[in-house]
Amino acid sequence: MLAKRIIPCLDIKDGQTVKGIHFLGLREVGDPVELGRHYAQQGADELVYLDISATFEGRRTFTELVTRIAENINIPFTVGGGIASVDDAGRLLGAGADKVTVNSAAVRNPQLISDIASKYGNQFVVVAIDAKQVDGQWRVTTHGGRKFSERELFSWAHEAQERGAGEILFTSMDHDGTKNGYPCETFARLSDLLSIPVIASGGAGTIQHIADVLTLGKADAALAASIFHYGEIPIPTLKQALYQANIPIRL
Amino acid sequence: MIAVIDYDTGNLRSVANALGRLGAEYTITSSPAEIRSADRVLLPGVGEASSAMAKLRERGLIEVIRSLTQPVLGICIGVQLLCRHSEENDTECLGIFDNEVRKFDLPGLKVPHMGWNSLTHLRTPLFDGIEEGAYVYYVHSFAPTLNDDTIAITEYGYPFSAAIAKDNFFGTQFHPEKSASVGERLLQNFLKL
Repeated sequence: MLAKRIIPCLDIKDGQTVKGIHFLGLREVGDPVELGRHYAQQGADELVYLDISATFEGRRTFTELVTRIAENINIPFTVGGGIASVDDAGRLLGAGADKVTVNSAAVRNPQLISDIASKYGNQFVVVAIDAKQVDGQWRVTTHGGRKFSERELFSWAHEAQERGAGEILFTSMDHDGTKNGYPCETFARLSDLLSIPVIASGGAGTIQHIADVLTLGKADAALAASIFHYGEIPIPTLKQALYQANIPIRL
Repeated sequence: MIAVIDYDTGNLRSVANALGRLGAEYTITSSPAEIRSADRVLLPGVGEASSAMAKLRERGLIEVIRSLTQPVLGICIGVQLLCRHSEENDTECLGIFDNEVRKFDLPGLKVPHMGWNSLTHLRTPLFDGIEEGAYVYYVHSFAPTLNDDTIAITEYGYPFSAAIAKDNFFGTQFHPEKSASVGERLLQNFLKL
C-alpha cells in the first residue's frame, strides 16, 4: 500500500539551514547535508531544500550544496526557491535534485510549469502554492506571502495540474508558523479536485494535526520544518504514532 | 567494473551516486566495448519509452544489450525497456522479459504512482536480507504486468511487477538508489550476484 509521506523542509540561506517563523526572523539550525542525512536515518520519506538566498553568490552556493546532498542522501529530495526558468531547473537536475518546486515565477508565468514538465517530466515539477483567506476566498500569494496575486487557490492548482505539475505543495499562510494545525477541509477539497498528490505544509504543532491532514485532509504527504528542527516531534515518534493510528506509513 | 549505460536520459547521476556510496567502481558509458566487458551492467533512466528506445538505437546499443551475459539490472524506465512492449506511445521494447508495460488507469487513482510502497512475494538472491513488506520508492505512470518471471509484487490499484528476473537480466520498477537502506541492500545483492 502506498505510504503517506513525512517530509522535513530545510530552508537554506547562503548554504546554511534556517527556519522562518512566518517567514521572518530567521535563525540558523544546522548544516544542510548533515541535517538531511540525520532525517533520512530517522525515517524521513523525502526532503525539501528551499533556497532563500537573495544573492547570486548565495544561489551558486546552493547549486554546489545540491551536488553534495545528492552524493550523500539515499532518499529523494526536492529543491526550490527562486527557480524562474527551464535553465534554472535543468541546472538543479544536473546537480542531482529529484524534483524542483516552482512558486512565484509560475504564478507570473504559468508556461514555466509546462516548459519544465515537457522537458524533464511531470514527476520533476512540484508547484508550491501559498494562499491566504480573504473574505472566504483563498487568494494565492507570492514572494513568501508578501504579495497577493489575482489567482485563487483551487483554479490555480487545477491549472498547474493541467500544465503538467506532478504534485501540489499547498501552504496556508494563515496557518504557517502558528502550530495550530492545518485547514483540513480546504486540503480535502483540494485533494478531491486533483488527480496528482497533495503535500500539506504550514501549521503542524502536534502529531494529531499531521494525522488529521493525512486522513480528514486527504493529503498524500505532510511537510514541516520547525517541529523537526527543534526536536519537538522526533520523526520516529511521529511515524510510530501515525502507524498506530492505522495510517499507512513506512517504518 | 560496473557499466552504467549512458543514453542521454536523466537520473544517471543518482544511480552513480548510490554506487559511489557503496564504494563500487563504475563507469558511465555508451561504448559497446566497455559495456560488453563490464562485470555488471546498469540500465537506469527516467523518461518516455519511445524516445528512450530511439536513443538506445542511435547509439547502436539494442543488440549489445540483448547479447549481454553478465548480470544486468534495469531500473525504472530501464526495466520497462527490457520488457516486450510498452503502452507508452505503443513502443516495441527489447523483449528480454515477456511482460507488457501498462499505464495506471483506474478511476480515482492518482498518477504518477509516487512515493513509498511495499514489496511482497520476494524471490531470488536480489532480495536477500530484504523482508516481505519492505518499502521502496516509486515514481512512474507505467508498470510491467505480472508473469512467471515476476520476483516482487507491489499493489497500486492492482498488482504489478515491482521486479522481474530472467536468466542474467534483472529489473526493478522502483528506484533502489532512492530507497534508503532497502535499496542499498538490493544494489549490494546485485553486485554480489
